[in-house]
Amino acid sequence: MLWEPVIGLEIHAQLSTESKIFSGASTAYGAAPNTQACAIDLGLPGVLPVLNENAVRKAVKFGKAIDAEVAKRSIFARKNYFYPDLPKGYQISQYELPIVGPGHVEIVLEDGSVKRVGVTRAHLEEDAGKSLHEDFQGMSGIDLNRTGTPLLEIVSDPDMRSAKEAVAYARKIHQIVVYLGICDGNMQEGSFRMDANVSVRRKGEQRLGTRAELKNLNSFRFLERAINYEIERQIEQIESGGEVVQETRLYDANNDETRSMRSKEEANDYRYFPDPDLLPVEIGDELVAEVLGAMPELPDAKRRRFRKDYGLSELDADLLTTTRVQADYFETVAQACGDPKLAANWVMVELAGALNRQGLDVADSPLGPEALAALLLRIRDQTISGKIAKQVFDAMWRGQGSADSIIESQGLRQITDDSAIEAVVDQVIADNPQQLEQYRAGKEKLLGFFVGQVMKATQGKANPGRVNLLLKAKLSR
Amino acid sequence: MSLDRADVEKIAHLARLALSEEEANGLAVDLSRILDLVAQMNQVETGGVDPMAHPLDMVQRLRPDKVTESDQREKFQSVAPMTDQGLYLVPRVLE
Repeated sequence: MLWEPVIGLEIHAQLSTESKIFSGASTAYGAAPNTQACAIDLGLPGVLPVLNENAVRKAVKFGKAIDAEVAKRSIFARKNYFYPDLPKGYQISQYELPIVGPGHVEIVLEDGSVKRVGVTRAHLEEDAGKSLHEDFQGMSGIDLNRTGTPLLEIVSDPDMRSAKEAVAYARKIHQIVVYLGICDGNMQEGSFRMDANVSVRRKGEQRLGTRAELKNLNSFRFLERAINYEIERQIEQIESGGEVVQETRLYDANNDETRSMRSKEEANDYRYFPDPDLLPVEIGDELVAEVLGAMPELPDAKRRRFRKDYGLSELDADLLTTTRVQADYFETVAQACGDPKLAANWVMVELAGALNRQGLDVADSPLGPEALAALLLRIRDQTISGKIAKQVFDAMWRGQGSADSIIESQGLRQITDDSAIEAVVDQVIADNPQQLEQYRAGKEKLLGFFVGQVMKATQGKANPGRVNLLLKAKLSR
Repeated sequence: MSLDRADVEKIAHLARLALSEEEANGLAVDLSRILDLVAQMNQVETGGVDPMAHPLDMVQRLRPDKVTESDQREKFQSVAPMTDQGLYLVPRVLE
């Protein structure tokens, strides 16, 4: 029996505003408990929410980036449920008329083909606080600093057919919100959280199977593992004669499994209704025009431009546009050194390798793009060879100075002067009469041996092109 | 359209309201009447009327994104039943 998984994702992206969505309390991460929870966040009697303009702008920006309809008029609703990290007894969210309507993104599948994934909607809502279950006198501790942080909940269509596709989609959304500067994308701090709706059906079947909702997926790796576990679990369940129940399941990373959460069928009865504390939001053409005017180049457009303007391969263009910082770094190097392909190779191989070894991000690179470009210029004007350049790069990485000062102080300048190289070539030939004889007898692959000897004698500084030319001429004489 | 006692009890539970048997019976009648009124209003032809999300014919004012609140934790926590190390304490909740 062939089974087809059907997956949809709900992604909560915290919008990077200074203040909360409905109050003037700070959203900064990591403050002492409850020092950023004001009367509005606490839901004290008599308070009224006032909507943060910046949260609206950021939501509009996202809508425009995924080619979606931005609602001219949208309304807020109360989602009613009781939990201690939500002191009002309801979450202000959107139900009917969300701010962002249907849109779509494109993901690249493993075989290189492109798939379009629909985004059903994206709506604004407030985040809840945090419950700490360590022992506080046998009770739970509640920190409401996060309460009221603006969230954009991005709901996909059930378009994904494997865990890998779901991860590709989640990465794409992550890339877009970070490019747009509307979310910092920090998954450890919970700025970007994912829930997955997973069901399976027999291949060819049109109807959707019963789905389970997986919560608590805070990394792309866990997202993939949890979905794969859940697909297997549901198939086993059905094949052994049982059926899948609609429920919420929690992913347990330690045991790599999903577990049913306490059954809460009635808790899902949220009794949404329009929030009487908030008037309908109208988004005028002027605001949309302003947002569009400030729209950065998006990853897909950047990737296409890199291919066209810099002649990069699909793979290189994809890698170099992963993040905006990475793309900007590459572009600065490419323009400053005038050789995009050389720049691409150095950024992806030497720089990426060095960053990786120290667990650093491009943004924290000790070596700026201008410094790297200065090194590449020395390869281009043949002051040094590519091999020596790696040595110079390492010294620059260790903070020993600029490319030029290291080349000078360590005497790494390439020998391009033919007479100097000739002298070494003559010496090497004279020192190796046996090899010379063999070469002249037809063993031409010994050329490599001679080149090696010359490079060794010059500590790698002889221009390899000139060495080859001179050696060939002299050996065959 | 009518609601029975079980419906009322379910709604009361969702809203965390404790009702006596008498109150539940009374509410079942009252709420059913409200639903009847709604059913009656549903008969009215409203095809040409724009749906309304709020009784006020105004739009939401937007607030500039500025931090205007200062830390008043001590004040807020002075009326909380229990706190510890800046946290509000509640009966243990664990999934």
